[in-house]
Amino acid sequence: MNGITLPDVFMLLVAVLGGATAILVVVSRNVVHAALYLVVTLLSVAGAFLMLGAEFLAWSQVLVYVGAVVVLILFGLMLTRAPIGPMAQHNEQGVLALGVSLALFGFLCVVIFQAFGDVRLILVPVTTAAIGEVLYVQWAFPFMSLGFLLTVALIGAIVMARREEGEGPEPPAETDADAGSRLRPHRPDLTTAEPGVFAEREQQVRS
Amino acid sequence: MAAVYPLIFAALLFCVGVYGVLSRRNAVLVLMSVEIMLASVTINLVTFGEIAKARGDVLLTGQVFALFVLAVGAAEVGVGLALVLLLYRNRASVNIDEADLMKY
Repeated sequence: MNGITLPDVFMLLVAVLGGATAILVVVSRNVVHAALYLVVTLLSVAGAFLMLGAEFLAWSQVLVYVGAVVVLILFGLMLTRAPIGPMAQHNEQGVLALGVSLALFGFLCVVIFQAFGDVRLILVPVTTAAIGEVLYVQWAFPFMSLGFLLTVALIGAIVMARREEGEGPEPPAETDADAGSRLRPHRPDLTTAEPGVFAEREQQVRS
Repeated sequence: MAAVYPLIFAALLFCVGVYGVLSRRNAVLVLMSVEIMLASVTINLVTFGEIAKARGDVLLTGQVFALFVLAVGAAEVGVGLALVLLLYRNRASVNIDEADLMKY
């Protein structure tokens, strides 16, 4: 009963992949890289759903999170003009936050191993048809109120994010990094740096 | 499959999300950490739903609740990004350490 079976191995692989990329999401100094690591984390969560036999949930995770939410987050990064390059993204509470999360993880590990250390899951795949039957019969009212909640949330988001006349200060002007090629070169006589051009000039000065 | 693997995976994701929420500066990165925490909660729901199913639950409560959390998470990202855009428009910055207008 205590041997490691094939589902255990796959679950461990998925857990290692998801945990490593989740840590990369929170420590990455480049915000776009963090969003792309988040894709791998959410995909590994979908893999964990597949291993647990929840196929409909796994594919809705891929569609909703990897497809829509990550694109929304990338739009958010773009609209707030997030710095593309690497820069310091952590505040001065980093050590304290690390302590809190490590303590929480240790506590959760102790609790989980004490309470569920010897529980084994009997994995029976739940087909999409089976979850649809209970979702549209027994869970019909919660499901419809979920649709209402989504509608209200989307209308609220649109109302909040709509720009009104003369609201707030203007965002800061473009920095040098944004301006790119429109900046004038610092040496007007030398627009491109070609190899050997400095040596040539030095020779001219000497002769 | 032993029940501890998905549960430890979920605990790890949750703690990483807590670290991200507490230590990140950029509000969008804080939202991403909240997403990681929501994903870990759905893993927990599905795992306990499997245990409940083995003990005679025919309503698939765990998976249906995980589906609800998925949808609520999508709504949360929409509203959260609207709030971040509003913050950026009013303060010209998404650094949540600078969003201290209601402090004291």
